[in-house]
Amino acid sequence: MQRRALLLSAAVLPFAAPAFVTAARAQGFTPQNAECIAPAAPGGGFDLTCRLTTRMLAETGIVPQPIRTQNMPGGIGAVAINHINAQRRADPNVIVAVSTGSWVLLSQGRFGRWSENDVRWIGAIGADYGVIAVRRDSRFQTLADLVNQLRADPASVPMGAGGAVGSQDWHKAALVARATGVDPRRMRYVPFEGGGQSMAALLGGHIQVFPGDASEVRGQLEAGEIRLLAVLAANRLPGAFAAVPTAREQGVEVEWPIVRGFYGPPQMPDAAYNYWVEALRRLHAHPAWPEQRAAQGLFEFNLVGAEYEALAKRRTAEFRQLARDVGLVTQSQ
Amino acid sequence: MDTLALLGGGFAVALQPHNLALALVGCVIGTAIGVLPGIGPLNAIALLLPFCLALKLPPESALILLTAVYYGSGYGGRITAILLNMPGEPSAVLTTLDGHPLAKQGRGGAALAISGIGSFVGATISVVLMTFLSVPLAKVAVAFSPADYVALIAFALSLLGAVGGGSAPKAWAAGCLGVLLALVGVDSGTGVERFTGGTLELLGGLEFTVLAIGLFAIGEILLLVESRLRAEAARISGGQRLTAGEVIRCIPTMFRSTAIGFVIGVLPGAGASVASALSYTAEKRLNEANGTFGQGDMRGVAAPETADNAAQIGNLVPMLSLGIPGSGTTAVLLGALLMYSITPGPLLFEQRPDVAWGLIASMYIGNCILLLLNLPLVGVFARLLTVPAWVLYPGVLALSFAGVYAVSNSAFDLLLAIGFGVMGWLFRKLDVPLVPIVLGFVLGRMLEDNLRRAMALSDGNVAELVASPVSVALWAMTGLALLWPSLRLRRR
Repeated sequence: MQRRALLLSAAVLPFAAPAFVTAARAQGFTPQNAECIAPAAPGGGFDLTCRLTTRMLAETGIVPQPIRTQNMPGGIGAVAINHINAQRRADPNVIVAVSTGSWVLLSQGRFGRWSENDVRWIGAIGADYGVIAVRRDSRFQTLADLVNQLRADPASVPMGAGGAVGSQDWHKAALVARATGVDPRRMRYVPFEGGGQSMAALLGGHIQVFPGDASEVRGQLEAGEIRLLAVLAANRLPGAFAAVPTAREQGVEVEWPIVRGFYGPPQMPDAAYNYWVEALRRLHAHPAWPEQRAAQGLFEFNLVGAEYEALAKRRTAEFRQLARDVGLVTQSQ
Repeated sequence: MDTLALLGGGFAVALQPHNLALALVGCVIGTAIGVLPGIGPLNAIALLLPFCLALKLPPESALILLTAVYYGSGYGGRITAILLNMPGEPSAVLTTLDGHPLAKQGRGGAALAISGIGSFVGATISVVLMTFLSVPLAKVAVAFSPADYVALIAFALSLLGAVGGGSAPKAWAAGCLGVLLALVGVDSGTGVERFTGGTLELLGGLEFTVLAIGLFAIGEILLLVESRLRAEAARISGGQRLTAGEVIRCIPTMFRSTAIGFVIGVLPGAGASVASALSYTAEKRLNEANGTFGQGDMRGVAAPETADNAAQIGNLVPMLSLGIPGSGTTAVLLGALLMYSITPGPLLFEQRPDVAWGLIASMYIGNCILLLLNLPLVGVFARLLTVPAWVLYPGVLALSFAGVYAVSNSAFDLLLAIGFGVMGWLFRKLDVPLVPIVLGFVLGRMLEDNLRRAMALSDGNVAELVASPVSVALWAMTGLALLWPSLRLRRR
């Protein structure tokens, strides 16, 4: 295959570069002027993923050379994936920040003609988890209360979160609805600009349910202003969330990890790919990492390499199916 | 009083030498990025944050620095707006209306001074209000529903006709064009792409900075090129310095604008642009008999600048007292707290009083620093105009372009800005006012989002829009504003 041949030739190339003795660990690949693309303006989640992770990789000495963060906003990642595929298909020195939200966009064809098979999935750095939040004086005490009300009259429960219909925030609500046999199209879903405005609307009583993320609701939870009906995780979350049952415990089969991680170009040489996978693996094992990860509002989630790739592809396929089921407007591939 | 004791504790934090130094640094950086049209406080804060972590600054110091950048930018935006007719940030767009005519009359220095004083008054009164009323205010703010926002924004839009200068129909047409430009991108309600022409670059919609740099900076330069760089460039002197009488005449304006700015700022879904637009138009209407708004009225400079800074501080109220960010920039500030393992939220004042009160105290100090920085430097800023126009304007443009490119990393945005520049140049020749375009752009997006939210919440029941007393009052004011010109005609 042509791709194999390219991979081979590209894999040999780094040997020509003057290798630093201490740095040349994984299969002889050493990053040169490595770059982390944050497909958003400075200040967002992607930006944090790049800046904090690369800083940590440098401080711990896992990657000996500093990695530059490059912001590339546009289409919530569409411009970046386009750039990677059009101009840097085999670049071993570039990684791109990615999240579950990107998989949602991929599944709906919003990254142009690029699909989940047009990048190499390197690994996750951590995950935030979806939660179902209500105001402290809400009529809903358990997830079952909410589910029953949704079944009786889905339009009677105004829900809102920080994304449009079809976005990852919407998915949390839609998956809960669907898991209980309610057509997501019949939900009353209100898109806000970001989690902050959604929380304001919840506290102000304009919406009754806010399918938010654990990291963004924590302050209100600790202050007792809101209650969480469920966390959308496989197991209970630690700390302030320990008392909140998972959806699964309450008989609703929904998980919503917002996995943050990196992908590389589609023809990134194996040596480089393995190097980056190994770097993330060592990062996850480093004693200083849990604190840094928590600073990004992330819980432990350490799938890397092939496992991460499998997850990315499986989730994208699931989202594609959901989009089809509920008749979301998707762009033709 | 308890609050005063806590504030005293805050001053103990803020007055530590390193925190004072950081506030000063933040103020300088903030002013600088406010001046440059391409880069805003959000980007600057996001870029500074890793430095704070790398330097191992304690959380209160980092927040003092970053917040100083934030409110410092409110002082910077006016400088290029007044001297060069190029607003450095969204909320300074209104400042061009009277600020630049003043500069052309040789009174650029005076306009800079009054806007500096206005910024200080607006910010400082707002910090006082925040010190004592933070929590109850924030509770009221979250009660503001999407339908109330619709009414508020409709009211702001109804005043567009007043910012057009000459012809009201042209102002309206320009405003509508701005609203149309706001429609570009992925529709927030359904996820459908609108007017993107199939390009990835337009998926996220148009950037405000791109539009503003094009219409104002590039448009201005094209006009200058055409007039061989001579015609109407601002004069450095020839006018009077700012007189005490003028300052006194502006005092009621400043108080009114502070009130408008602070209230709008506290609402998590509005912003400094709405605040400066409302206060400018309010002052224009109030002073119709004795004003020269649009031709260089000091109050036309004081109003938007005062409201802008008041709104910026107001925006911090829900952020600090409830942990709810009202804008992108405050969201990044909250993110900074999170990185220090401090959970932003209602308990911040209890759990980390050093951080919360230290920050508030530093804002009193920071605003004094900014006033002291800005007033003596008025002469220096005004001297910018001694730089020949053929150096100055392309220089500012190059910096703007560099800023836009640094943030977006996209040549597409630069081309877009040039396109808007040609549009701005044509519109100037046709006497189509540019400010309503920009306001329409900012307000149009907010109007649509909130209207759709209100409709989704009420299941399409239009009565929702007038369901609360606040919205009824705002709609009544909107009606009045629309009918005002004809009522006035009849009276004559």
